[in-house]
Amino acid sequence: MNEILYETPQTLESAVALLAGASGQARVLAGGTDLLIQMRAGRVMPGLLVDIKGIPEMTAIVAESGGFRFGAAATCMELIEHEAFAKEWPGVTDAVKLIGSIQVKGRATVGGNLCNASPAADSVPALIAAGAVARIVGPGGKREARVEDIPVGPGKTSLADGEIVISFYLPPRSARSGDAYLRFTPRTEMDIAVVGAGVNLTLDETGICNQARVSLGAVAERALLVPEAAAALIGTKVDDDALQRLAAAASAACRPIADKRGTREFRIEVAGVLARRAAGIALDRARRNS
Amino acid sequence: MDAKVIKQEGQTLKIVGTSPVRPDGTPKVTGLARYGADFALPGMLWGAILRSPHAHARIRAIDTSKARALPGVKAVITAEDFPEQKFEFVGPERVAVNFWHMTRNVMAREKVLYEGHAVAAVAATSKAIAEEALRLIEVDYEPLPHVIDVDAAMQPDAPLLFEDMITRGIDPPPGKPSNIAKRIEFNIGDLDAGFAAADEIVEMSFKTAPVHQGYIEPHACLARFDSNGQGELWSASQGHFVVRAFTARLLNMNIGDVLVHPAEIGGGFGGKTVIYVEPLAAALSRKSGHPVKIMMSREDVFKATGPTSGSSMTVRIGVKKDGTLVAADGVFKFQAGAFPGSPVMNATMCGFAPYDIPNVRSVGYDVVSNRPKSAAYRAPGSPISAFAVESVMDAVAARIGMDPLKFRLLNACKTGTPTVWGPKHAHDGYAETIKAVLAHPAYAAPLGKNQGRGVASGFWFNNGGESSATVHVNEDGTVVVATGSMDIGGSRASMAIMAAETLGIEYDDVRAIVADTASIGYTHVTGGSRVTFATGIAVVEACKKVIVELCARAAMIWKLEPGEVVWENGCAKPAGAAAGKFEPMPLKAVAAKRALTGGPIGAEASVNAGGAAPGFATELCDVEVDPETGSVKILRFVVAQDVGRAIHRSYVEGQLEGGVVQGIGWALNEAYIYDDAGHLLNAGFLDYRIPVASDLPMIETVLVEVPNPNHPYGVKGAGEVNIVPAMAAVANAINNAISRRLTDLPMSPPKVLAAIHSGRKG
Ligand SMILES: Cc1cc2nc3c(=O)[nH]c(=O)nc-3n(C[C@H](O)[C@H](O)[C@H](O)COP(=O)(O)OP(=O)(O)OC[C@H]3O[C@@H](n4cnc5c(N)ncnc54)[C@H](O)[C@@H]3O)c2cc1C
Repeated sequence: MNEILYETPQTLESAVALLAGASGQARVLAGGTDLLIQMRAGRVMPGLLVDIKGIPEMTAIVAESGGFRFGAAATCMELIEHEAFAKEWPGVTDAVKLIGSIQVKGRATVGGNLCNASPAADSVPALIAAGAVARIVGPGGKREARVEDIPVGPGKTSLADGEIVISFYLPPRSARSGDAYLRFTPRTEMDIAVVGAGVNLTLDETGICNQARVSLGAVAERALLVPEAAAALIGTKVDDDALQRLAAAASAACRPIADKRGTREFRIEVAGVLARRAAGIALDRARRNS
Repeated sequence: MDAKVIKQEGQTLKIVGTSPVRPDGTPKVTGLARYGADFALPGMLWGAILRSPHAHARIRAIDTSKARALPGVKAVITAEDFPEQKFEFVGPERVAVNFWHMTRNVMAREKVLYEGHAVAAVAATSKAIAEEALRLIEVDYEPLPHVIDVDAAMQPDAPLLFEDMITRGIDPPPGKPSNIAKRIEFNIGDLDAGFAAADEIVEMSFKTAPVHQGYIEPHACLARFDSNGQGELWSASQGHFVVRAFTARLLNMNIGDVLVHPAEIGGGFGGKTVIYVEPLAAALSRKSGHPVKIMMSREDVFKATGPTSGSSMTVRIGVKKDGTLVAADGVFKFQAGAFPGSPVMNATMCGFAPYDIPNVRSVGYDVVSNRPKSAAYRAPGSPISAFAVESVMDAVAARIGMDPLKFRLLNACKTGTPTVWGPKHAHDGYAETIKAVLAHPAYAAPLGKNQGRGVASGFWFNNGGESSATVHVNEDGTVVVATGSMDIGGSRASMAIMAAETLGIEYDDVRAIVADTASIGYTHVTGGSRVTFATGIAVVEACKKVIVELCARAAMIWKLEPGEVVWENGCAKPAGAAAGKFEPMPLKAVAAKRALTGGPIGAEASVNAGGAAPGFATELCDVEVDPETGSVKILRFVVAQDVGRAIHRSYVEGQLEGGVVQGIGWALNEAYIYDDAGHLLNAGFLDYRIPVASDLPMIETVLVEVPNPNHPYGVKGAGEVNIVPAMAAVANAINNAISRRLTDLPMSPPKVLAAIHSGRKG
C-alpha cells in the first residue's frame, strides 16, 4: 500500500533534478509497457515515476549531419511511420516493427526497449549493427555512449543512478549499404525473441563488402556485437562461402542460457541461420541502394 | 464463411441453417455485456486467496491472527471453514466426482499438492488490504519431494500425493499405495489371435503435454448472503446449476438456499464446469456478512485451474496387406493432476472408436502428480488418444502403401459396428466425413518444397441429458425463450432459431435468455456438445405445448373444437370439417386476445434427452517446415465434421474453426514448463503460447449433415470433435514434409529441428 509520486517534467534539467532528489526508488517512465507490467507483478515498487514523454528533445525525430537523431521517448509507431527514416534504416525499422502489437507500439519506445535491458529486446541488435550512439544526461551532465555499451546484463545497464537516455544518433547512410534484422519466435507475433540477429553492411563499387557490423540478441546476458562474424563478410562478395563463415562465427559467439524459450543448442544453431539470412537481406538492400 | 455444406436429405426449413445476427453480439462488441468480474454490490469486500509456494508440502499449522487483526480485514478462512466430505465417487464412472477431493482442491487441508494450491482466503475493504493480509498469514510448511511427470509418478519409489491411495480397478487390489488412482481396461475379441493374423504391425509410444483451455476470462464471482442464511452468487460458469450444487455441498447448505445468476462467460471449453472461487467467496461472505468478490489473475488461472491431462501412451495396430484392421492395443497413462479424475476413460473408449477392429484392448491409468487438477477440455481425453492412434494409423497406411484416407474409409465404423465398451455404434457419419475430405480440392492440391500433408480423424460421444426451457408469448406476440443453459457457443441464437422455426414466426420476434437457478428447471452444464441437442429438444417441446395452447385459444375465439384448429406457418388455421371457415389467425392476433381466452400463454418443458448422436471429424493439414529452424507453418487446414444439422450456420463453422485452432496450439507450442522445484515458469500467455491470428490460415470448414433422427431438426452437437484429430493431422503433415515422426507434444521448433538432425525416420 505504498504511494507513488508521478511527475511529468517538461525539460531535461527538471527530469534530472527530480531523479536526483528522489528519496526512495525512482524510475523513468516512457511507454510503461515493461515498467507497468513489472510493477503490477510486484517486481519493482518505485516511489517516484518520472514520465519523460513531455520533453521535446526526447520525442523528436530529426535529420542531423546527414544522419538521423530520434528521441529515446519517441514511440515505436512514430518511428515506423517516419518514411525518410524507414527508407534509410529498414533493418532498424523492421526490428521496431516486431515489438508487440500496434497497440503496444503506440506506447512503447526504443529508449525503454534499451533501458529495460532485456537480452531479447528487438531494437537493440538492430541499433548496435547500425552503429547507433546514445546521448545521455544525468547529474554529471551529458555524455555519449555506443548502444552496445549500455546493457550489461538482464535488467542491468551501465547507466549511472539518475541518468536518462535522451536520444539516439544514426550515422549518415553511405551508398551501397543496407541493414536487416530477423528474430526467431515460435509464434509469428506477440512473442519474445529466442534469437535475434541484426546485420548492417556496405559494399564498394565492385560489390565487395568493406564494412559490416553484426549483432545478436537473446544468445547471451546482453545483445552482442560480433566482430568475428562481421570479419567473415569484409573483403568478400558476401557469397555463400562468406555467409557460411558468418553463420559459424555467429554461432561461436553465442553463450546462451537454456530457458523456457529455447535450449542452448537450438539458440546457437539458429543464431547462425538468422545471421546468415539477415546478411542476405542486408546485401540485397545494399545492392539496391546504389 | 466459405463453408461447403453437404446435405443428406431435404427438409424445408426457413430459419434453421441460416446465420442471423447473434443476440449476444452487440453487448459484447460494445463492452456492455456483464461478465463474472463485472458485478458489484454496496458494502462489497474484495476477496484474495493465499496460494502455496510449494509443489508438495505438509501443512503443519496456519496462523491467521495477524491477518485478522489488520484494519479493514473482515474475514479470513481456511479449510477449517468447510465441513469434511465423505470419501466416495458419485455419478457415472466417466464423470464421477468425489467431494472429499473437491473440497481439498478448493482449499488445501493436510497438504498442499501443487504450486498455487489455495491454503487460505481473506475478505477486506480494499484489494490492497486483502493482499497485505495475505502476506500476514503464516503457514508452517514441511516441504515434501514432488513429482510432475506421469511416468515418473508411476515409479514405485515416486513421492506419494496420497499415502493411502490404493489403485481402483485392479482385482485383487494392490497391496501398496501408489499415485495410480485407477486402472481401466476394455476388450473385444482375442487380441493375441488378432495380432497373429496381422501381416504388418506398427507400434509407437507418445507423450503429450497438459494444455490449458485458454479461455480469455479468468474465473470471477460475487457472493452475498442474507442473514437468514440464503446465499446468492453471480459467476461465469458453464453451468450455474452445477455451481449451485457444488457450492451448496461444500458449504453444507440446501441447494434451495443458493441462488446462482449466470454471468456472461468469456470462454470455458470445459474448464468452467468446476468451481474454484465460488465456495471461497460464499464462505467469506457468510463469515463477514458482506458481499465478497473474488477475481483470479491470469497467473492464478494457469497455476490453479484445470488444464487437460498430459499423457504417456503406447499404441500398436495390426493390419492385413489389403488394409483390413485386425487388432489394436492401446495403453494410455494420463496425468490427473493433484487429484484423481483425468479423462483417461474417455480416451480408452474414443481412441479406436472410429474403426471396425475385431480385436481390441484399451487400457487406461489415472495418475496423480503435483500439478493442478485436470478439468474438462473440449472432448476430454479423446484428442489425446487420437493423437497416438491416428499417428499410428498414418504409419500403418504408409507401411502397406495405401492412401491414408482410403485406408480409414475401408475400416470406418458405421451403424452396427461394435465398440470396445460394449454397445454398437448407432449412427453413421464417419465415412461421410472421410469422403468429404477425399473430394475436397485440397486433397489433390500440389505441395512445394519442405511442405507436407497429413490427415486424421476423430470420434466424440456428444451428450444429451437434463435440460429445461420455458417459452412465453408476450402481449404483442413476440416470444421469450428462457433456458438453463449457459451460452458459451451461441446457444441463445440457436434456441431462438429453433423456436422461431417451430412456431413459424420471425427470428427477430424471439428473444432468448439464460435464466437463473431459481427461474427455470434444472439444466446440466453446457458441455459435451449437449446444449443444441438436449436444451434444443426442451425448447421445441415447450414450443409444441405453446402451439397446442395457441390452437385452443383460436378455437375458443372461433367457437370451434380444439381439434378443428391446426398450426401452420405461424398461424392458427381451421382444419378438418372447419377448413376454410375463417382466415388463418397469426400468433400476434391470438396473443392480443389472450386475456379473453384464459390469460397468459406459455409453457415449460424439462427433458432428460436420450438419443444423442456422436460427432465424427476428418481433417487435412498442410504444413511447411523450415529445415534450418524447425519452425512449422500451417499452410492450409480443412475440417469436415458431421454436425447432424447446423442450426446457426456461421456459429457452427466457428466451432469447427475454434476447435482446430486450439488443436494447432496443442500440437505446436502449448506446454507447462516447470523448474526443478515444481514451480510453473510460464503462467501467462507470453510463454504459454496459444496461436495468434497471424499463425493461422483461414480454417476451411465442411459441414457434413447426416441428421440425427432423435432431434427434431437433426442436431448431433458440433462443439468438440473438431479438436480431436488436429494434433495427429499436424504430426502426420510434419512427417510427410520431413520424413520424421514426432511423437512428443508440443512439436516445438527445437524438437522438430532435433528430429531433422536425427536419423529417425517415420
Ligand atoms: C504485449 C507486449 C509485447 C511485447 N513485445 C515485445 C517484442 O516483441 N519485442 C521487444 O523487444 N519487446 C517487447 N515488449 C516489451 C516492451 O514493449 C519493449 O521493451 C518497449 O520498447 C519498452 O518501452 P517503454 O517505453 O514501454 O518502456 P518503459 O516500460 O517505460 O521503461 C522500461 C525501462 O526502461 C527505463 N527507461 C525508459 N526510458 C528510459 C530512458 N529514456 N532513459 C533511461 N531509462 C529509461 C524505465 O525506467 C524502465 O526501467 C512487449 C511488451 C508487451 C506488453
